[in-house]
Amino acid sequence: MLKITKKEVEHVAHLARLDFSEEEKVKFTSQLNDILMYMDKLNEVDTAGIEPMSHAIALQNAFRGDTVKDSLSHEHSLSNAPEARGPFFRVPKVIE
Amino acid sequence: MELHQLTIHELQKLIRSGKVNSSDIVKSVFKRIDAVEGSVHAYISLMKEYAFEEAAKADHSIREGNIRALTGIPIALKDIVCTKGFLTTCGSRILYNFIPPYDATVVEKLKEAGAVFTGKTNMDEFAMGSSTETSYFGITKNPWALDRIPGGSSGGSAAAVAADECIAAIGSDTGGSIRQPAALCGVVGMKPTYGRVSRYGLIAFASSLDQIGSFTKDVEDCAIMMNIIAGYDPRESTSVPLDVPDYTAFLSRGIDGCKVGIPKEYFIKGIDPEVTEAMSRAMKAIEGLGATCVEISLPHTEYCLAVYYIIAPAEASSNLARYDGVKYGFRAEDCRDLLDMYKKTRSAGFGAEVKRRIMIGTYALSSGYYDAYYKKASQVRALIKQDFEEAFKDCDVILTPTSPTPAFKIGEKMDDPLQMYLSDIFTISTNLAGIPGISVPCGFTRQGLPIGAQFLAGHFEEGKLIQIAAAFEKHANLKQRRPNL
Repeated sequence: MLKITKKEVEHVAHLARLDFSEEEKVKFTSQLNDILMYMDKLNEVDTAGIEPMSHAIALQNAFRGDTVKDSLSHEHSLSNAPEARGPFFRVPKVIE
Repeated sequence: MELHQLTIHELQKLIRSGKVNSSDIVKSVFKRIDAVEGSVHAYISLMKEYAFEEAAKADHSIREGNIRALTGIPIALKDIVCTKGFLTTCGSRILYNFIPPYDATVVEKLKEAGAVFTGKTNMDEFAMGSSTETSYFGITKNPWALDRIPGGSSGGSAAAVAADECIAAIGSDTGGSIRQPAALCGVVGMKPTYGRVSRYGLIAFASSLDQIGSFTKDVEDCAIMMNIIAGYDPRESTSVPLDVPDYTAFLSRGIDGCKVGIPKEYFIKGIDPEVTEAMSRAMKAIEGLGATCVEISLPHTEYCLAVYYIIAPAEASSNLARYDGVKYGFRAEDCRDLLDMYKKTRSAGFGAEVKRRIMIGTYALSSGYYDAYYKKASQVRALIKQDFEEAFKDCDVILTPTSPTPAFKIGEKMDDPLQMYLSDIFTISTNLAGIPGISVPCGFTRQGLPIGAQFLAGHFEEGKLIQIAAAFEKHANLKQRRPNL
């Protein structure tokens, strides 16, 4: 049975903001199916009542004082931008 | 012996006695880089001019008697840690021109200790891989056999140390990315406890698994590096506010009476017979040193790979959402609108393995599949952690092979992601449980490829790992053997 169809691959690609060629879609569909079939192994494990674990070391909330410290300047923050104007990042048009 | 072949502690002695200075060492290392880098390709970028400037400054400090733990010692950095003013690519086209405006905490700490950086080492793109073949900047070769991979993802750091193109190196380990290449290149690799070393400035792959550690030529250097990089960092909220012991104090404690657990589930089909033989010899060796080997069980071992390949891609798909062509790095040209720009940038900027993992992660977190994949994996992860807690009631440390096989041929596993993922079968459970692990050389195959032994301990017990690895290393006496480049 197919775990994931080409159509679903297209949907997930859109969610991840990725584009694929037809050839890549076919290859990914087959590879993702193999990988997801392998993941089915986990269904063998009884996890009723087991609390999902997010971190290996359980820390309480890490708070720090609300004090003003130096931060990156505009100039530094924008220094790697593909396109910037004044104190802003520039992107292609968003609305018509 | 030439200076580039020596360890940190050997060079420290020479510096303190006034016999050599930092410029001599840096010169020797760059002469070595000039000689072998063409065949190994351990680095993405070199920091030669900077290194000689810093060496001159270190020489000044040495003359003034101000000698710190790493004063004048050449260290390489995996190209995943941010270096202020120096290119940091993470092995990806999408960061091909990224110059960080700040230093990672680990970089700051090494600078404070007096280290001189040689350059940024090659790696699998975004640390996703076990062979360093997915880098946008070319393949790193294993110094012991140039037609083979060095392991990954920190393959450049491992190869640089093995080929004497630096004295020690920094790497990162999300599922074995320090220990597996250390084993395949015949050097010492330490993955500390999650939270022991600050991840501030480490480019994120899977935030609940990533940890920074070191590659060194011996265990004593590993202890020296750990003393410098470990510790709490208020800028990193998962770093743990615990005191750091002096790790060098563990080097000569011996292992008399130590109980070493051997997990029965780790001796599986598909493991190379020469690796199995090396493990049997290692067990005999540590018993000869006064330790006792006891069989233990880690019953959920067979599920580790599936858990890892849900959790790591899920976290990666979220972490890598930031690469959108807006703030830094590569941006595709000729885009119709913002959405088109995102898609074109990400599709051209990421390589195949990174896209594959983003796809798995996005799918596993998407509506309707979350419970079946991510939640289920997080539950099984809790059971894997419990396995280790139970096991450490019966032993002090655990011994396993680091990798099921020695270094494989370049290209051998590139078309079969699942086969590639199996390279990490003995290392990923460590990251899922957050415990520390060390890989130490334990022998060679008949073809002359290095084999590594992995020791694991409970949370924050890196000292125990250094203790047993140091005793084992002294006995194994493999340090004289070097790759023939």
